Amino acid sequence: MRSAILAVTALALCTQAGAAVSPLLAQAPAAKPATDTAKKATVAPPGAGALSVPNADPFPSTYAARPTRATVIRNVSIFTAAGPMIRNGAVLLRDGKIVAVGATVDAPAGAVVIDGTGKYVTPGLIDTHSHLGVYPAPGTAAHSDGNEATAPVTAHVWAEHSVWPQDPQFPRDLMGGVTTLQVLPGSANLIGGRSVVLKVVPSRSVQGMKFPGAKYGLKMACGENPKRVYAQRGPSTRMGNVAGYRAAWIQAEQYRRKWDKWLVDKQGEAPSRDLGMETLAEVLRGNILVHNHCYQADEMMQMIDIAREFGYQIRSFHHGVEAYKVADVLAKEGISGSLWADWGGFKMEALDGVRANIGLVHVAGARAIVHSDDPSGSQRLNQEAAKALAAAREAGLRISDEDAITWITRNPAWALGLDDRIGTIEPGKNADVVLWSGNPLSVYTRAEKVWIDGAVYFDRADATQRWRTDFELGYVPANDGRIR
Amino acid sequence: MTHRLLLPALVLCLGAEAQAQTGGAPARPTSQVIAITGGTVFPVSGPRIERGTVLIRDGRIVEVGASVAVPAGAQVINAAGKWVTPGLFNASTQLGLSEAGSPQFSGGYNDTRAKGTNGVAAAFKAWEGINPASTFIVPARQGGVTTVLVHPSGGLVSGQAAVINLTGDNVDSMLVRRGAGRGTAPVAMIASFSNDAAQAGARGELLGKLRDLLLDAKLYGQNRAAYDRNASRALAAPRADLEALQAVVDTTLPLAIEVNRASDIRAVLALTQRDRLPLKLIIVGAAEGWQVARELAAAKVSVMVGAMSNIPSSFEALGTRQENAALLRAAGVSVVLIGNGPGDSENFNVMNIRQEAGNAVAYGMSWDDALRAITLSPAEAFGLADKVGSLRAGREANVVIWDGDPFEFSTRAEQVFIRGVKQGGKSRQDELTERYKP
Repeated sequence: MRSAILAVTALALCTQAGAAVSPLLAQAPAAKPATDTAKKATVAPPGAGALSVPNADPFPSTYAARPTRATVIRNVSIFTAAGPMIRNGAVLLRDGKIVAVGATVDAPAGAVVIDGTGKYVTPGLIDTHSHLGVYPAPGTAAHSDGNEATAPVTAHVWAEHSVWPQDPQFPRDLMGGVTTLQVLPGSANLIGGRSVVLKVVPSRSVQGMKFPGAKYGLKMACGENPKRVYAQRGPSTRMGNVAGYRAAWIQAEQYRRKWDKWLVDKQGEAPSRDLGMETLAEVLRGNILVHNHCYQADEMMQMIDIAREFGYQIRSFHHGVEAYKVADVLAKEGISGSLWADWGGFKMEALDGVRANIGLVHVAGARAIVHSDDPSGSQRLNQEAAKALAAAREAGLRISDEDAITWITRNPAWALGLDDRIGTIEPGKNADVVLWSGNPLSVYTRAEKVWIDGAVYFDRADATQRWRTDFELGYVPANDGRIR
Repeated sequence: MTHRLLLPALVLCLGAEAQAQTGGAPARPTSQVIAITGGTVFPVSGPRIERGTVLIRDGRIVEVGASVAVPAGAQVINAAGKWVTPGLFNASTQLGLSEAGSPQFSGGYNDTRAKGTNGVAAAFKAWEGINPASTFIVPARQGGVTTVLVHPSGGLVSGQAAVINLTGDNVDSMLVRRGAGRGTAPVAMIASFSNDAAQAGARGELLGKLRDLLLDAKLYGQNRAAYDRNASRALAAPRADLEALQAVVDTTLPLAIEVNRASDIRAVLALTQRDRLPLKLIIVGAAEGWQVARELAAAKVSVMVGAMSNIPSSFEALGTRQENAALLRAAGVSVVLIGNGPGDSENFNVMNIRQEAGNAVAYGMSWDDALRAITLSPAEAFGLADKVGSLRAGREANVVIWDGDPFEFSTRAEQVFIRGVKQGGKSRQDELTERYKP
């Protein structure tokens, strides 16, 4: 049994949180506030702190793209995730962007030219549900940092503060063609805290992995996990769960109103800051995307009503083993489904899991996503998509290979609010690209090269450049992949 | 449950088989002959046969080859363009022992762990608790898995494992036995190299406990009379467990021990050599097995490994790598592939054993070896090669007809035969899907 289940057992290991928060670390946004309210606000100078401003960014990304060389991959089959597959096509990467894609492209002088005969190209894969870094390997209580299971609402915690950049699972994800991850808090709590979107790159700090400009997510959880974890103190029932979400949003709405008013009129003393309420207010302002762990169809329907009551949008239901029962509603409401290919049966709320789930959500017109919640599955999102595709076809659904590729590229990009930057092979998109040894929907295929922002981060042929985390040195034997 | 629909056919089949076992009984007039013709046949026990025929009579394979005469009256199944293999054998499952998660919270059942005594539950016959109505069985079978090992878990010695065919509503008739008569159901004693499971404080203590247990089992076997007179010193386990361990210490029953660190694998191998404790060992897990591959090959132990793990998930498994299975095989070890991919490989995803095989190939194993590792090699490891795991005369007719390479995701198991009976029936998942499908 793996992480979804393990995450729950790990709960017992969580200790009381340090209550100290550091308001002085808050920092005003650099520029481009996203709401009208914020535009009108007079923004405090950097470092002043104590201001609950929209889009505050106290832990800014320090990710720096590596130098790139113009690169052309030609004679290759391209799953663009934006249209039909281009057979025997070419793609040009330059200055970190995809510049051209088609039957042929003009190779600039000095470009690296890669012959892709027999090979395939896809966008870098994107996993909307990861706990890498917060539940790192090796699994130890000392590093079990994914669930702040000390209260049912912990909107004040941020997953990034638990991310261990030396988790050896990161380089393994990269080898699976994954270039972008959303790392979430666990599902012990009704409201578990902020997620963070990471690039799968080596760094000394989580800030060095943070996807520049990506919105935060908010982790919420339905059903069995919160009511089991808090059985003694409550909530101990599903109705207790719902009362808990609503109470939090009532408070958050009040907080948002108070702050947004003060930011405009600056009358009197600034309201006091509350880290949790800040996060929830940002959801209500539309600046943070809601990612809701929810297995059962009936609970998804209730969560949709709660979102409507308080005026926020759910961006993605996660796990959703019963999403197929409400696929039409997900389509109508514009909610994506971050789903497994073949997980079910392992607890009461997972009993109705079916392998055609992803296919059924797709044909209903909702955005279907293959997610992992698992460090092994995350490395093999292409295989998971292939299984979901096979099950859908077995159920008689008509779905193309191209459609299945969108489940691990374009659709998760949308769920993270990054579909204008990643998720397809189109001019202007970030050059996050995977070259596969064959069709990525085959079990025999492996990622050969992975580019992030146009720079090669993984090359199976070059073991000398292989990313090994600090942890691995001296503990994990280097592996050049050879059989001898 | 929908697979009850299959029962009439099954009863016929078992009836015929029972007669065959007792011997001398005349063939029934309803004797059923099936000829699967024209496909590419992978007997596993021998080279592949293009346009081959698999001839089945009364639940057993009677002939396999390129020029098999099809008797008049045989039911002929045209498998032209198809791939024909033995039914897949998943050697690490808990089918029928657990469903719906925690019994305390979900109300499901979990019959995988005995309480035992001080971490020892050798007398525990896990298979006796199998629920043939488990909703996980039909999907496994639909995915081409005909045969599974069902193992207990927990403790230093978890208990006894058995092998079943995935059809029927009676565990006794599902069992694939190591012979005839009493005591032939268990195929392995399951153990785990874990301080916590053994209630030991340190590796040295754990090894001592295991050594003492096995030596005491020997002593008990040689001194039953003294034991019965109450004239024996205190032994390391209760009588029932010592009895159950007799087959282990006389090497008729394999001891399948989960152990991952290279030095721990060596320590277990040393039990048989240095401590002169003859054992028929099977190493399970073996995350760092590739580091001791030559020793494993020399000791002629089978090794059960996954092919989808490359994460140093514990300090016992720092050397985990995906080439493990291929490296072991290359060193001459008999490899049995088991599930360790994402999801619940022991229940919901038992059919994903073919994904493991495909990944083993992607990471260096030959295709033929990978098929062997999920058919004949487990049958050999558990002493059942005369019953299952290959398409060979005399074997139970567990046969799958695939519409392509069985390891590929796009391939379907079109027809599945168990003991010569074509399987069908809807799974619970099928019914749910049909209810909500547009």
